[in-house]
Amino acid sequence: MASITAAIKKPIQRLPWWVGPITVTAVLTGFGIYTMVAVLFFDRGEYANYLSPFYSPPVNSPLPAWLSPAIFVLWLPLGFRATCYYYRKAYYRAFFWDPPACSSKAQQREPRSTENYRGERNLFVWNNIHRYFMYGSFVLLIFLTIDTVRAFLPEGSFGITLGSLIFLVNVTLLWSYSLSCHSLRHIVGGRVDCYSCVTGGNARRKAYSWLSVLNQNHALFAWLSLFSLLITDIYIRLLLAGAVTDLRIL
Amino acid sequence: MERNGNTNGARHGHEVLEHDILIIGAGGAGLRAAIAATQRGLSVGVVTKSLLGKAHTVMAEGGVAAALGNVDSEDGWQTHFMDTLKAGKFLNNWRMAELFAKEAPDRVYELEQWGALFNRTPEGKISQRPFGAHTYTRLCHVGDRTGLEMIRTLQERTLATEAKVYMETSVTKLFQNDEGRVVGALAYTREAGKFIHFKAKAVIVATGGWGRIYKVTSNSWEGTGDGVVLAYNAGAELVDMEMVQFHPTGMVWPPGVRGLLVTEGVRGEGGFLRNSDGERFMENYDAERMELSSRDVVARANYTEVTEGRGSEHGGVFLDITHLGYNGIMKKLPTMYEQFLKLADIDISKEPMEVFPTIHYTMGGIKVDPETCATNVPGLYAAGEVGGGLHGANRLGGNSLSDLLVFGRRAGEGAAEYVKGNGYSAEIESSVVEDEKKRVVHPLERQDGDENPFHLQQELQEAMMEHANLMRNEDSLKEGLGKILAIKDRLPNVKVHGSTLFNPGWHASQDIHNLVQVSEIIVRAALERTERRGAQWRLDYDGPDDELGKINFIVKRDQQGEAGIEKREIPPMPDHLSRLFDDGDDKHGGEQGGKESQF
Amino acid sequence: MEEQEAQQKDMASKAHADVHADEEDAAREGESYKLRIFRGDAEGGREVEYEIPAVEGMVVLDAILYIQAHQAGDLAVRWNCKAAHCGSCSAEINGKPKLLCKARVEEYGGQDIRVHPMRAFPVIKDLVSDVSWNYEVARSTIPFTTDEQAPFEMYEEDVERLYEPKKCIECFMCQDVCHVLRTHQKHEEFAGPRFFVRNQWLEMHPKDTERRVEYLKEGRGGIGYCNITKCCTEVCPAGIHITDNSIIPLKERVADEYYDPAKWLMRKIRGRRSPKTGQIIGRNGNRNGG
Repeated sequence: MASITAAIKKPIQRLPWWVGPITVTAVLTGFGIYTMVAVLFFDRGEYANYLSPFYSPPVNSPLPAWLSPAIFVLWLPLGFRATCYYYRKAYYRAFFWDPPACSSKAQQREPRSTENYRGERNLFVWNNIHRYFMYGSFVLLIFLTIDTVRAFLPEGSFGITLGSLIFLVNVTLLWSYSLSCHSLRHIVGGRVDCYSCVTGGNARRKAYSWLSVLNQNHALFAWLSLFSLLITDIYIRLLLAGAVTDLRIL
Repeated sequence: MERNGNTNGARHGHEVLEHDILIIGAGGAGLRAAIAATQRGLSVGVVTKSLLGKAHTVMAEGGVAAALGNVDSEDGWQTHFMDTLKAGKFLNNWRMAELFAKEAPDRVYELEQWGALFNRTPEGKISQRPFGAHTYTRLCHVGDRTGLEMIRTLQERTLATEAKVYMETSVTKLFQNDEGRVVGALAYTREAGKFIHFKAKAVIVATGGWGRIYKVTSNSWEGTGDGVVLAYNAGAELVDMEMVQFHPTGMVWPPGVRGLLVTEGVRGEGGFLRNSDGERFMENYDAERMELSSRDVVARANYTEVTEGRGSEHGGVFLDITHLGYNGIMKKLPTMYEQFLKLADIDISKEPMEVFPTIHYTMGGIKVDPETCATNVPGLYAAGEVGGGLHGANRLGGNSLSDLLVFGRRAGEGAAEYVKGNGYSAEIESSVVEDEKKRVVHPLERQDGDENPFHLQQELQEAMMEHANLMRNEDSLKEGLGKILAIKDRLPNVKVHGSTLFNPGWHASQDIHNLVQVSEIIVRAALERTERRGAQWRLDYDGPDDELGKINFIVKRDQQGEAGIEKREIPPMPDHLSRLFDDGDDKHGGEQGGKESQF
Repeated sequence: MEEQEAQQKDMASKAHADVHADEEDAAREGESYKLRIFRGDAEGGREVEYEIPAVEGMVVLDAILYIQAHQAGDLAVRWNCKAAHCGSCSAEINGKPKLLCKARVEEYGGQDIRVHPMRAFPVIKDLVSDVSWNYEVARSTIPFTTDEQAPFEMYEEDVERLYEPKKCIECFMCQDVCHVLRTHQKHEEFAGPRFFVRNQWLEMHPKDTERRVEYLKEGRGGIGYCNITKCCTEVCPAGIHITDNSIIPLKERVADEYYDPAKWLMRKIRGRRSPKTGQIIGRNGNRNGG
């Protein structure tokens, strides 16, 4: 395993420094455009027992029909990701070039002048509300988990389909992403200085250690769950359009 | 912290700075002394050749020896004292060893009080690990980076005091007033070559050892013996200078890292030594303690295996810790894992390491008063590796870190006491300062001369490696002395190029004098001790000599400026100490008779 | 007896001979490496090319010391242990901070090797830059403070996460690569990754009684300038996850204190809880003000 990552790492390190930020910019922009289009122009995210994660939980919208009810829900996961410590790194580097990469050559390209650089002190100080988005995201995750259970109940009884597996993978990755959150890790154990001094300290320590292991892969989960969201939504749209039929496995 | 401007050109001015106490060296001993002296409300200046926190203390890996009894409750200062003396073959200053063993636990707790973090036992106490020739499990440690923890703690503590730290500044001479009292020093900043005349009521030398006189060494470039030569030139007595410790396990491959230390912790955690026949050869040298025998014994065993043709491809023996597995190694010896993987492409969780003895420590040094660390020169104090007497003929692993703490503190307090009791002036003739400055810039400003200091150092290192290695004999030592004296004759012709601005060549032209002087002293002392004892192993003599076991060799600069050597009897141990050894324990550290004397 | 002695002498000299023989083995016939090294001082300088004989396993510092001994005695470089333990020999190789003693020449497999001093600090000469600013920041850090007397009763479970920040060897490469310092020169208002690492263990130490969030947010710390872009983590030779395990936990503590309305309300109503014991320690428990 280690040798595989090493084998991949070497050639990646040889790439010019701007490849990284440009890739991230492209992917994040692509995701943003897809979401906008999907939510604003296609309001049907439901097919049989599948509900697209973009539309969960369903909301009764008082708004005109051309405005998708998804916007009542979507701000929450979007906010969670926008204030996430990993995505912050990604967009500061990719969109703001603050810095675009770590080499001295790349850092010389930083567009902001020294007087204008404020880091997370001005506008981005709002990223500190990350924990509140996290609380909300866990509520959403409960709905998404229920949706996943429903996905395993085609026509009311248990069955496994390709769609249900996609749902399962998606919800697992979303849980992994949310549980590996830095803020959660802080609230569970990071803010405690002495576990043996507080009641329930041992349980908190164990939870903290476990979350710390997940946390090391936060960036990975951030990307994988982004793609799984996309794939889940696309799959449902393909079913809606009749382009594919759901594959029943069991 | 202090940065001084650049000076160029032929006229070299100097700045005068005043402190109550000037400490030369910012390793464990120097910093501990600085903390002690500032606590007494004195103004303290600490001069270091490197940046703060880079001193050789940082390289200590295994741990601090202190009889806390956290793992083995039977341990106490008495056993630690006896272990230290047995390992030192009773050449030790017993009073130093007594103070040392008694005070080491408090010094360790003090570090904890200041924020140092050691590995813990399940009961929440400081954890300890076994180490070579320590009767009990005694080394307080944090993984294999105990020295780093210690220097960082002392450094942070020092920065929280009023002490001034002069980084990257070298001292070239101690100044003495008419009475012979040490009243300051001349130094130059490495960065700009700017001279500073430090006026001080007392000077503490804490400059560490001189391992750089050898080619294969675990020491950093700093170990050039500056302090011992500064003190020697000021008239201080040196003791046990023939005793140079070879650490049994240094890296051998690739050549760039030859001599780099492999911590004794590897053997402490259960590592095996094997020769190329796959035999666990320590059985033939010390069947009882095996790999955890004292360092001199294991070093000679490794050396013998290789010289007798049972060595590895690159001329070492195998040290095997693979049975600990990857996780065990990452927990106990992560630094070693990293070191071998990065520098030698060896995964020590899968393959054994190749090791061979490497020069590690100098037991000898400036002779000091055990209570105050005062030397025979008034106003001059010494602590740490540069001091002599505590370790005798061989040092136990882990004893150096506690040495730094115990005697660093004592030197700080001793010097403070002296300063408070003495109100004399630190003035000296200005011509002395001017002459010294001239001497220091001479290699840079002269037009003639063709000796390269780097090459002289290399030649010296090779001569010492060949003639004053861990097995010695008269003919070879004499030949070595001849080579050293020949190099000494060439010193006046050293010429370096460039400016005084951070110029390593110029710095080397200063160090080389110290390196040559201390080498000469070592070889001369080694010629005198005609026996096999601890680190001094004379092939031309059969074993320990009982008469020589009762004396220390004292080296002092004589009237002609040459190294005079005096035999000085070790005073008898008082009853309360000698009684400790009565319970059937041998007084020879297992060295007389037995299998060990076969080689 | 005499014969034995002679034999022993012979053996001893053989072992010494090995020292040289090995190096000759390792020196590769006719092969050489080229390095381009910055020569200059605060006023400026240029790259100078040096060619040195190749030796197996050679690190960049070996090459530089060879140049120093044979070609340019005044080539300034800072180094000490040559074992990646002390953190002295930090410099930039091809624009990236590296420990010269750990960077194997072979790793660059024929690429250019361009060695420059760390650029976040003023250059003194050649590969040496003036890192004294770091020690000023060190002095400004609130030191370890406790109201208990050692020996402490402290458990492995409570301190295991402190070993990681304690591994720091103060090479200051994280400081060098941090764009807040290297590009934006916020040396006056920003402590830099190395000192967040130190503050993290101080803050999380079970026996420490000081509070450092005010220092970190309002004072010299300036943690708000950090935009967690992780360059420091990428270069750390001790493998400390600086961003994830030191900076972000501290940012979360700052958020607890300054950016969390619910926590603020709780403190107003119930008083401050001690992070050590969970006990309420009064409304003005913050000894540092703040």
